[in-house]
Amino acid sequence: MRKRSRLVTDRSLNFRTGTGRDDGGVDARARRAPRARFGLAQWMFVVPAGAYLLLFFGYPLVKNIAMSFQQYTTTTFYTGEAPFVGLQNYSKVLSANLFSQAVITTVLFTVGSICGQFVLGLAMALFFQHRFPLSRALRSLLLLPWLLPLVVSGTTWRWMLDPDTGVVNAALRGLHLSSSGVPWLTGTSQALVSVILINIWVGIPFNTAILYGGLLNIPTHLYEAAKLDGAGPVMSFRYVTWPLLRPVVSVVLVLGVVYTVKVLDIILVVTGGGPAGATETIATRAYELSFQQFEFGRGAVLSNVLIVFSLAFALLHLRASRRALTV
Amino acid sequence: MKPSPSRGRLSSTVVGIVLLALMLFPVYWMVNASLQPAGNLLGGDLFPLPPDVSGYVIALRDQGSNLLTSLVIALGSVALSLGLAAPAAYALAQFSLRGTNLVLLGVLITQMVPSIVVANALYSAYTDLGLLNSHVGLILADSTAGTPFAIIILHSFMRTIPREIIEAARVDGAGRVRVFRSMVLPLSSNALITAAVFTFLFTWSDFLFALTLTTTPTVQPITLGIYQYLGAHTEQWNAVMATTVMASVPAVLLLAVAQRHVTAGATSGAVRAG
Repeated sequence: MRKRSRLVTDRSLNFRTGTGRDDGGVDARARRAPRARFGLAQWMFVVPAGAYLLLFFGYPLVKNIAMSFQQYTTTTFYTGEAPFVGLQNYSKVLSANLFSQAVITTVLFTVGSICGQFVLGLAMALFFQHRFPLSRALRSLLLLPWLLPLVVSGTTWRWMLDPDTGVVNAALRGLHLSSSGVPWLTGTSQALVSVILINIWVGIPFNTAILYGGLLNIPTHLYEAAKLDGAGPVMSFRYVTWPLLRPVVSVVLVLGVVYTVKVLDIILVVTGGGPAGATETIATRAYELSFQQFEFGRGAVLSNVLIVFSLAFALLHLRASRRALTV
Repeated sequence: MKPSPSRGRLSSTVVGIVLLALMLFPVYWMVNASLQPAGNLLGGDLFPLPPDVSGYVIALRDQGSNLLTSLVIALGSVALSLGLAAPAAYALAQFSLRGTNLVLLGVLITQMVPSIVVANALYSAYTDLGLLNSHVGLILADSTAGTPFAIIILHSFMRTIPREIIEAARVDGAGRVRVFRSMVLPLSSNALITAAVFTFLFTWSDFLFALTLTTTPTVQPITLGIYQYLGAHTEQWNAVMATTVMASVPAVLLLAVAQRHVTAGATSGAVRAG
């Protein structure tokens, strides 16, 4: 009997939750005690994931802020002593030449990577827009560079770009484009170009996949109409493709920036930040301060800079994706 | 004379193959280098003829246990991420809980948090808890990539399950947990596979947590193994490249077997790009 009545209550509750999306929570709970119990049972589905996310994202965010006001040294983890030093970490880190240099490198790395990935990814997506024999197979094989571990890609490229023994310089010499070879990894300006090129290679598949999906959603009758109006390929791209693709474009660009700003793997593997700090970004500096010099306080300052930057872009992303959904 | 449409399409195929060959050349070069004899520093040979597997012998000897470590951690992280994400996604999609949108917003934002931030804080916490150099520690840390991703993928699928089906099962007397286990999960198998594939790849590819949360070689994922190899064995490139080939196997396998799911995950837009 008890079981039966519980079932009925349960069902009516489900009905209620099934129809009223956001309303009625407080009312229903106030009127009926069982609501609270079932509300609790429902929340139990979310609690483990919620607790995990709080521990592994919420705690680190708070901890990083706390750490940025403390002084850590190599002995901190034995003695447990990390005295409060106020804004000292901030003033030291942010005023250092290394910081402004790292900011410039980060901006160059990010802008260069995103431009290259996007332009080439869009070109690929437009190319694949029209079906042809094998296009499906080729499109999925194209995803491979993106799925490989970054350490694997970085190692392979380091081998290929090796100034003396790499295949890239061998090809340049073979084609008589450069007699001595390009110091891809050892020249200060070339090294940054190299890591940007590698990151572009990694990012093309992702850009192609997302933009291709966006292109598929453009109704074909719009192209037909444009053709009837006498529009050539350039005009129909300008007046049909681009305006309708814009929301997807902003999602791709924002995700690209958020990802690129925090890239560590490729740089650490390919150049290790060198030569002479030429490829040090905010992310690699943060890693080195924390985990090589055990200056966790100063590392946390740079991590916080990254957080602020990422969250700003996260907000942009949310706006962009909401627009992508509503258009 | 206008070329016939079919000839135009065939020339697209040719161009496509050339483009793909260019894009995948580094992958070929990695395989090629792994099959060259040791000490072949010029590495200019286009084909590994005759193929020399000594690089693989050395790589397996040195890195075999690291491959196993990566496999254990990746599978563990798949289990943990899906175990956390599936019930949560179900509740967020079907229960109309108050605050659902806020939770989803939070989940989206976690995907933007740089891993170095998490690593900074976990290092000191793990030192106190004795979780450095442990499989459990790495599984927990690596699931920071898989869990939010899985919640988003599963949530967007589970929202499409008609509530009537679930109501009907409830009327027949099935409890919440049973409905979830024997109805919602089987219905969501495609989304679950997509989430599992990506969680596996995220963890398998992880480098930063491996680098920061291990201090001894006892528990060393393959990505870190390659990095250490790079520092020590630059004269044995065939062994280094053989290791990278073996570390690429899961990506290739999953692309071959679960291609549909990979494409689905890539185009969902929720993907963190890397």
